[in-house]
Amino acid sequence: MSNVIANAPSNADTMTLEKEGAENGPAVMADAQRKSNRSETILYVDGVSVTFDGFRALNNLSFYVEPGELRAIIGPNGAGKTTMMDIITGKTRPDTGDVLFKSETDLTKMDEADIANLGIGRKFQKPTVFESHTVFDNLLLACSGGRGVFNALFHRLSGAEKARIDKTLTTIMLDDKRDEMAANLSHGQKQWLEIGMLLMQEPELLLVDEPVAGMTDSETEETAKLLRAIAKEYSVVVVEHDMEFVRDLDCKVTVLHEGSVLAEGRLDHVQKDPRVIEVYLGR
Amino acid sequence: MTDYSQKYKMTPVVGWLLQDRGGMILLAILIAASILIPICSLLLPQSSAFHVPTWMVSLLGKYLCYALLALSVDLIWGFCGILSLGHGAFFALGGYAMGMYLMRQIGDRGVYGNPDLPDFMVFLNWTELPWYWYGFDMFWFAIVMAMFVPGLLAFVFGFLAFRSRVTGVYLSIITQAMTYALLLAFFRNDMGFGGNNGLTDFKDLLGYSLQSDGTRAGLFVASCVFLGLCYIVARGITQSRLGKVLIAIRDAESRVRFTGYRVEYYKLFVFTVSAVMAGIAGALYVPQVGIINPGEFAPALSIEIVIWVAVGGRGTLYGAVLGAFIVNYAKTFFTGVMPDFWLFFLGGLFIAVTLFLPKGVIGAVPAFGSANGQSFLSGVRKRLNAGGKA
Ligand SMILES: Nc1ncnc2c1ncn2[C@@H]1O[C@H](COP(=O)(O)OP(=O)(O)OP(=O)(O)O)[C@@H](O)[C@H]1O
Ligand SMILES: [Mg+2]
Repeated sequence: MSNVIANAPSNADTMTLEKEGAENGPAVMADAQRKSNRSETILYVDGVSVTFDGFRALNNLSFYVEPGELRAIIGPNGAGKTTMMDIITGKTRPDTGDVLFKSETDLTKMDEADIANLGIGRKFQKPTVFESHTVFDNLLLACSGGRGVFNALFHRLSGAEKARIDKTLTTIMLDDKRDEMAANLSHGQKQWLEIGMLLMQEPELLLVDEPVAGMTDSETEETAKLLRAIAKEYSVVVVEHDMEFVRDLDCKVTVLHEGSVLAEGRLDHVQKDPRVIEVYLGR
Repeated sequence: MTDYSQKYKMTPVVGWLLQDRGGMILLAILIAASILIPICSLLLPQSSAFHVPTWMVSLLGKYLCYALLALSVDLIWGFCGILSLGHGAFFALGGYAMGMYLMRQIGDRGVYGNPDLPDFMVFLNWTELPWYWYGFDMFWFAIVMAMFVPGLLAFVFGFLAFRSRVTGVYLSIITQAMTYALLLAFFRNDMGFGGNNGLTDFKDLLGYSLQSDGTRAGLFVASCVFLGLCYIVARGITQSRLGKVLIAIRDAESRVRFTGYRVEYYKLFVFTVSAVMAGIAGALYVPQVGIINPGEFAPALSIEIVIWVAVGGRGTLYGAVLGAFIVNYAKTFFTGVMPDFWLFFLGGLFIAVTLFLPKGVIGAVPAFGSANGQSFLSGVRKRLNAGGKA
């Protein structure tokens, strides 16, 4: 907010601005809106573009997530959803645009490990867990705390860590799989384990890419419940194709298409948007 | 299974060693060998059926050095997925450090009788010892260098490679290039390491003649001790949380990054430790074989080490030791009986192991079989079936 005040034009200027505003009023409004958005966002993505070999995967993408918000992102294949996560988590650098965490930290200058330690956890589209470790060890490795080499060398499991892991095991419904190799889990269970690993990192923002892909209906329902519970404590961005699931999440939806935002709002609202129907839902 | 780590809270090392069955067997064998072999070699008369001739003591000592080298490769390949095809370079550097000490020990007993300069330098008409030979008249210095130089090279090389995220086959290729570059460099006479003849004609070590049976037995025992110590260090690393991170890097590197670990530091650590172990192996090897030359840098030798590990069983540590013994015994045998067939045999062995024993010889022993409980026979059956269908 202080930014806005400092930059606020004097009264006289405001007058002239207002006159001009007749023509470019909406632009000025949008700008002010953007600034105020920025000051209270956990995630601020603004004007981001990325090109892969001449192909624009993201095209002037802007959206904002408020602290504590649960946000669903939908969009047809190739819309740029995963690329957007790559940008936020430092895997890909944007050609242009700003990505800010908690309105202040510029994520485009940092690498994956830094961003993870800052408090952004990410679940991959293809579930990725440490297959040759037990479920318990998977969670242990994700457990927040010393990430240094020598820290890890001399680390001994503390009671507090054990308690946290056990709590997370219950949350992700894998209590009885504690000592099972992660490789032996079902596809859905791996998805849950990966979500559990994010929780162990104690992030502030979770980015979850297609958490119910390949899940049975009942697993999908459980996952929606799980994510809603998680969203009470953290800010969560979920990418998903499954409309039923998105409806279950009961949250604001952003529709991506060809690398930019096509529509935003409640699911019922965006589903009525003719452009959305044309590119996505109508197919 | 009993949770030994709980029982032995005060001594965690004992705890995790007791859980490592293969490691316990290996350490027991090493201890027994380091007691029995010197006795059988030095105390029993030659006529005794149990007498171990000196050449065999040295041969076994040489195998132990190879085993340590294989262990160092398994530590990075088996546990962190870093397929180094240049570990022979670290081994050779350790060997050269020891060789330089042994050269200085010759003193004025060389052909030219120069008390300071090794023969090859006199031959090149050099008048002064190059600065990088300073200090190698001291045993402790040579030992430190045998570990420090390979460690430093691995650190610098690893820093550049891992920071740039060079992985997989690209990393393997540049490790080959590294050892090949060193091969060419050490071939040059003006490098000051004896050119293509290398360093040889050693006389004694710490005042003990290298030809004597006692020294040979001593070197054998030292090889056992260092293999055992390095095994314990390697096992300590792999069973720690750091070791779990290494395995995680091997299986899903990007997941580890997004979990907040600096993958490059972990790789750098284990790569450097591994190079130091290879250096120690080289330093123990040279006095037992009596020569070190640039041939040890040959890229093909580094590839052979990987085969030892694959044959024994990757990712087990003791499997690497076993593999080094099996393949090198076979090599000794074949090069004696039909030298022309050795390379065919090695290639065939490698293919057979990849096809039928993906977990190596160790994986075929039920007691050490995989954690997934897949037995050797069912593994073979599966593979044959899969092959039949394909
Ligand atoms: N590293 C890359 N190099 C080249 N093209 C890429 C790269 N990453 C993504 N793309 C392209 O960018 C576009 C957006 O891909 P992205 O994976 O972000 O889509 P998505 O919305 O996640 O789709 P899906 O629903 O299939 O997961 C695709 O056309 C993809 O082929
Ligand atoms: Mg995607």
